[in-house]
Amino acid sequence: MTFWEVTLFLLDGFKISLLIFAVTLLLGVPLGLPIAFCSMSRFKPVQAISKVIVWIVRGIPLMLQIFIIYYVPGLLFSFPMFSQIDRYMLIHHGVQDAGRITAVLIAFVINYACYFSEIYRGGIESISKGQYEAGYVLGLTNSQVFKKIILKQVVQRIVPPMSNEVITLIKDTALANCIVVCEIIKQAKELAATKAMVWPLFYTGVFYLIFVGILTICLGKVEKKLSYFRS
Amino acid sequence: MALLEIKGIRKSFGKVEVLKGVDFALEKGEVLVIIGSSGSGKTTLLRCLNFLEHPDEGTFLFDGEELFSATTAYSDAEIREKRLHFGLVFQQFNLFPQYTVLRNITLAPDLLEPDKKEEHLQKANQLLEKIGLTDRADAYPCQLSGGQQQRVAIARALAMEPDILCFDEPTSALDPELTGEVLKVIRSLKSSDSTMIVVTHEMAFARDVADKVIYMADGVIEEAGTPEEVFGHPKSPRLQAFLSKTE
Repeated sequence: MTFWEVTLFLLDGFKISLLIFAVTLLLGVPLGLPIAFCSMSRFKPVQAISKVIVWIVRGIPLMLQIFIIYYVPGLLFSFPMFSQIDRYMLIHHGVQDAGRITAVLIAFVINYACYFSEIYRGGIESISKGQYEAGYVLGLTNSQVFKKIILKQVVQRIVPPMSNEVITLIKDTALANCIVVCEIIKQAKELAATKAMVWPLFYTGVFYLIFVGILTICLGKVEKKLSYFRS
Repeated sequence: MALLEIKGIRKSFGKVEVLKGVDFALEKGEVLVIIGSSGSGKTTLLRCLNFLEHPDEGTFLFDGEELFSATTAYSDAEIREKRLHFGLVFQQFNLFPQYTVLRNITLAPDLLEPDKKEEHLQKANQLLEKIGLTDRADAYPCQLSGGQQQRVAIARALAMEPDILCFDEPTSALDPELTGEVLKVIRSLKSSDSTMIVVTHEMAFARDVADKVIYMADGVIEEAGTPEEVFGHPKSPRLQAFLSKTE
């Protein structure tokens, strides 16, 4: 295999990595918000449930969570849902790994939403009470105060920790290969096993580095754009 | 008839009773200055008036009609409407950092009456002129000095056209050389007949601007009267001690 062929082969895997990355962000970022609000709820049972969920999700390795999501329907309910999706999508639509990728996506979205929720909670709780009160005494409603006054200050504060999580996320997508999803490292391992080529495994690092480089520049720009005020 | 009448306000936080029955009345156009040591309940009283705290007992009468009674439960919408009678300028300014000076002033009026934005803008520009910050209309709060921020906070409160404007130690967070500009603005409001309640530690200013002075100690009004009576001839020993410490 030429260098170019290996690159294309790995790129096929990296597309899966990017898919997991994009879907996790797209669903995890909004899902974190209701979880954060539940964690801050004054209704104690809701707060407790939310905190226990966050504790479990943050306390167990993501790899184990992927196994749990993938295997538990089959083990507990004799309904191996994800391998059935795999088979169905392969036979009828010629799509590979659809079920496995779904399982990975569910695990990733839940996991990252919980991490994001804690960042949101920290951001929201860091805004001084005076900002809320200044809005209230001007006759604004709770939702106006949150949307027009608090939200942007929270966003400014959470961009740096969110950037960290986003960069961790692209590297975490490698965990998908624990249930044999053909992301980029799985592809490289495939080459090692079938063609006795080890260097592509190390070469995958270049793909991550380039992508993280682009992310760093973009996130830096967002941070800079929001730095026009100091809260 | 008094514009505002406060009767029997009590407020506790847990086991600590901060206000132990406060009564006073305020006429239209009058400036009431509240003095007293830290922890005497001055700030809590102002916060009660602005509905940031719910008193455990007592009533407020506004223009002779009941505005608030501690025994009645009010909806959020009712509270919002009632608190518009009052404006509050905070010790820590609490400007909205992401908005320009001008937007800080127009934000709430625009949200409450979205169809009068042009009017609000005009009003805001007049207010900026009044506080002498026309040239800083497009600056962000972080680019202003503390004194300038507090002046903007005053303009922001005035934009809502409150019947009574309350100040919670408006100069306490400022460097001494910056207090003058803020006090000057408050003085100018007095000459335009605004009704104000000012909590302050600036005794010279209090004496100068007040029509009526209340000295609070331990959650009650220990002494009240004209500035001349309170500062010139204090009767209660606690007020005498307080004044001798602050001179």
